[in-house]
Order: sequence, then C-alpha cells, then structure tokens
Amino acid sequence: MNALIISLRSEFYKSKNTLAFWASILLPVFICGAITLGFYSNSDKILRMHYPPEVLWLNFAGSALGVMGMLILPFYVIFMAFSVNNIEHKNDTWKSLFAQPLNKFSIYAAKYLYGLLLIFICLFLFLGLTYLSAHLLHWLIPAQRFDAYNPLEMLSKIYLKLFLSAWSILSLQFVMSLIWGDFLKPMGIGFIGVILGIIAASKGWEYAYLIPYSHPTLALSARKSASVPTLFTQDIYSSLVFAAILFILGYFIVAKKSIK
Amino acid sequence: MSELAIETCGLNYKFGNQKVIDELSLKVEKGSIYGFLGPNGAGKTTTIKVLLNLLQSPRDTVFVFGKDVNTHRIETLRKIGALVEQPAIYGHLTGKQNLYNRCILLGIPRSKALDMLQLVGLKDASDKKAGKYSLGMKQRLGIALALLPDPELLLLDEPTNGLDPNGIIEIRNLMVELTSKHQKTILVSSHLLAEIERIATHVGIINKGKLLFQGTIAELHSFAKPNLTIQVEPVELAAELLAAKGYQIRYGSQQNTLELAYSSKEDSSAINTMLVQSGCLVSSIHMEKTDLEHLFLDITQSN
Repeated sequence: MNALIISLRSEFYKSKNTLAFWASILLPVFICGAITLGFYSNSDKILRMHYPPEVLWLNFAGSALGVMGMLILPFYVIFMAFSVNNIEHKNDTWKSLFAQPLNKFSIYAAKYLYGLLLIFICLFLFLGLTYLSAHLLHWLIPAQRFDAYNPLEMLSKIYLKLFLSAWSILSLQFVMSLIWGDFLKPMGIGFIGVILGIIAASKGWEYAYLIPYSHPTLALSARKSASVPTLFTQDIYSSLVFAAILFILGYFIVAKKSIK
Repeated sequence: MSELAIETCGLNYKFGNQKVIDELSLKVEKGSIYGFLGPNGAGKTTTIKVLLNLLQSPRDTVFVFGKDVNTHRIETLRKIGALVEQPAIYGHLTGKQNLYNRCILLGIPRSKALDMLQLVGLKDASDKKAGKYSLGMKQRLGIALALLPDPELLLLDEPTNGLDPNGIIEIRNLMVELTSKHQKTILVSSHLLAEIERIATHVGIINKGKLLFQGTIAELHSFAKPNLTIQVEPVELAAELLAAKGYQIRYGSQQNTLELAYSSKEDSSAINTMLVQSGCLVSSIHMEKTDLEHLFLDITQSN
C-alpha cells in the first residue's frame, strides 16, 4: 500500500506540469465557461422559450454532457492513457522505474489509478462547474430560474455513470499504450474505435455494450427526461468487467516486461 | 556470510535465438571496483540489466549480496544504485526535480538531492530542464540519481560517456573515494581498458557473452605474455631464417620489425647470433610486455 501511495505521488509529481494533467482541469473550465457564456449572451432567446426549471437545467447540463460524453471524453481518455505511459517511453525511463525497490504491481497500479484519478477530477469539475455556473447565470439573470430545481442528484449519477463507462476505454488504451511506445498505434486504433463505438451505440445495435468505445454513448443515450438515471446498467457492468480483465492483463504484461 | 557483492552462476541469456550471455560466472568482491570490460555488443549492458532484474533470469543464477535477485528483488534493489546506458531522466523536469522525484520513490529527504547536485557539479544548472542538458550533464545527473539512495553497490554502465577530461577525472576520483572511504562496491562497465585500469581492483573481460578473463589487475598483467621484438634488415631474410627454425613470427607495426614469443635471455641471444651470422643487420632486439590495451584486444579478438 505504501509503495502504491509513493508511486502515485511520483506520478503526480512527474506530470503536474504536463498537458495531460492540465487538460483535466482546463477542459471543464473551457467547455463550461463557453456554455455559460452562450446562455448568458442568448438569455433573451432562452427566456422567450419559457422553459420549466427541469428542462432549463436539462438544456444547460445537456450541452456539456453532449459535447463531453459523446466525443471529448473518449478522446480525452485515449490521450490520458497514452500520456501516462508515454512519459516513460519518451524519456526511456521504464528501466529506472523498474530498477527501484518498489513492487511492479504498485508501479503499474499507480499509473492506472492516476489515469482514473485525472478522469475523475475532470468529470467532477464538469459536475461542479455546471452546477456553479448555472447558479451564476441565475444570479446574473434572475429570470433564468436555475434555483427552482435541484438537479444535483441526477447530475451526480450521470457523471458517475459516465466515469464508470470510461473505465473500459481507459483499460484497453492503457494496455495498448503500455505495449507500444509510439503515438500512432494506440491513437489510431482508439480513433477508429470511438467512431465505431458511437455508430454502434447511436444506431442501437444490440451488442454495442460489448464495445468499450460505445460505453460513454450508451451511458448517456437513456437521458431523455430529467429523471434520476439507473447507475448500473448493462453497459456499465460490461465496462467494469472489461476494466477488470484488462487491468489484470496489463499487470501480466508489466510483470513479464523485459526492458531491452 | 558471503563476501561477494555479485555472483552469477553459469548465467545464460537469449534475445530470441541469439545468445547474448553465455555461461557467465561473475564474482565481484565486496569493496572492489570491478571493471567490466568488453567491446560494444559484448553483453555488458544485458548483464547489468539482468543484475537489476530488468531482464528475467533463471532462478538461482544471479545473486546480489548472497540473495537471489529473482526471489529477493526489492531487498536487493534497495542496495543497488544504477546507471544503465543513457541516463534515464525526465526531460520536462529540471535536474533538481528529477532528483526530487527519485526522493519520493525512495522515501528519502529532499535535502539529499541538493547534496548530490553539489557532488556531481550540477548545482548551478539544477533549475534547468534536464532535456536541455548536454550529454555530459545528463551523465552527471544519471550518476547523481544512482548515488542518491547511498547504495552499497553501484552498477555504472559506461559512466564517463560524453564527459570532458575533467569530468572523467572527477568521476574516477569519486569512484575511488566511494570504495576507499565509504566501503561501496562498484561494477563499472567500459569498452576502454585504459579508463578502467587506473581505478579498478578487479577486471572481467567479456566478449560475445562469454567471460574470457576474470581476476585482479595484477593477474591480468601477469597474463600478458612478453614478446621479443627485433628490428632487422633485410626483414624478409630474417623472417625466412626464423620461420625455418620453427619460430612463430609476425611482422611488427614499425618498419623492419619482427615479433615472436619471448622465451628466455639465452634464446634471444641465440636468435641474435644466428641472424648476424646469416648476414642480417640487427639494429635492436628487446623483450616487450604486451600492454593491457593490446592484451584486451588479443583476448577479445581471439574469441
């Protein structure tokens, strides 16, 4: 456990000045900022629609969720998995990392957990900023009745669901980035996977839940009302099973990894 | 208790079908500076990686301080500091941050990092991105990283690569100090014997994965067989006469010189008399010990 915490601290220290780390903060800030600005500048138009508070919230939060969940999240996860491993590939530091008196599982698990943590931070910021910026809009334009409905439980569950749906992509991309040091293979496969995943999920293919890249789209596809979603659906179970299998597989790759 | 810091017992290692280490039996005594010599591609780096358990070896073939590295990986790695090939440093971090990161991994105070920067002469460049360091500076940082945990055993793979003459001398002096004052054991690999013979107490010569010689520097010197060098004219006639007498001769690097194995003073006199009586003009005849550099070449080339 101590080795895991040490390795996690080191992962944070190494990447705190990298794009991978800052992307997890800047992405929600920019996207939520842009949506808030859009709602603020188009407030007259929005007010004329006379949305009930639930629908207003759904429109506002849905703007971020739609952009983030369907498209940006999968690519961000692919980039994250690549970055966490590429820091070692690029600097040829696997040899020094595995020559430290730490067990290989901790080194591997810390990298994986760090990837998960950054995705969690990113989605948590999306949730927090969506909530706060809506209330900021209400404060600036009191007629926008964001105060009349509390979507926190619903939004928390959606973002949690989105987070869990990303595990399978992260695990798959993590294994690929562990094996290949170059940018093109994992990114290329990931890109094709995301496109196929979106098509499979949006066309309602019955086995789409078996494609990791479909999971974020599937996690969001049931959102047609402001009701609190079911957290553990078939696609989420599938994502967690994929993640568990690939996490174990990744460890065997690391354990047998010979540093040539 | 074992007096050996490193012991390998008939170690073999293959990359695919290519055997890169062949029945290697290293014995590195505690407190020694072991010069691990061999031409490029001889298997030095592979051996170091096996010692660090970066490459998997069969059980009970590699021991560090008497412990099998496969079954006591963490315990043995705690005692080792290593510099393997090019220094493994994070280019986007500064020199100081690279050391701080290692301090986190090793659980040691950050103040130690500053001491190391001072020791390897990188204090002024400590806030510069390591990716912008020259090769020599990277090498120094690599050495600082290896020394950071105050290890009992240092594995240094060509540590003077890219260093200027002053840097080479500093690193040499540092290695001697570490063994003499701090009782460290150092295995230092190189393809240059001249670099090693000044500091090493023991030498191992490896080529094509095979250990061709292992012993003290004094033993290596005694291993060097002396030659008899004759400067003579006409050299062709002298060569014919000596060959007819059954001597194994070869032409020397200088003009009109012949070389053959030295056996005794009497034999040298007899050769001289024979050549002079046959009408050859012998301008010099003397015994010459093979220097270590040539001996190294002889040993590795004969393999």
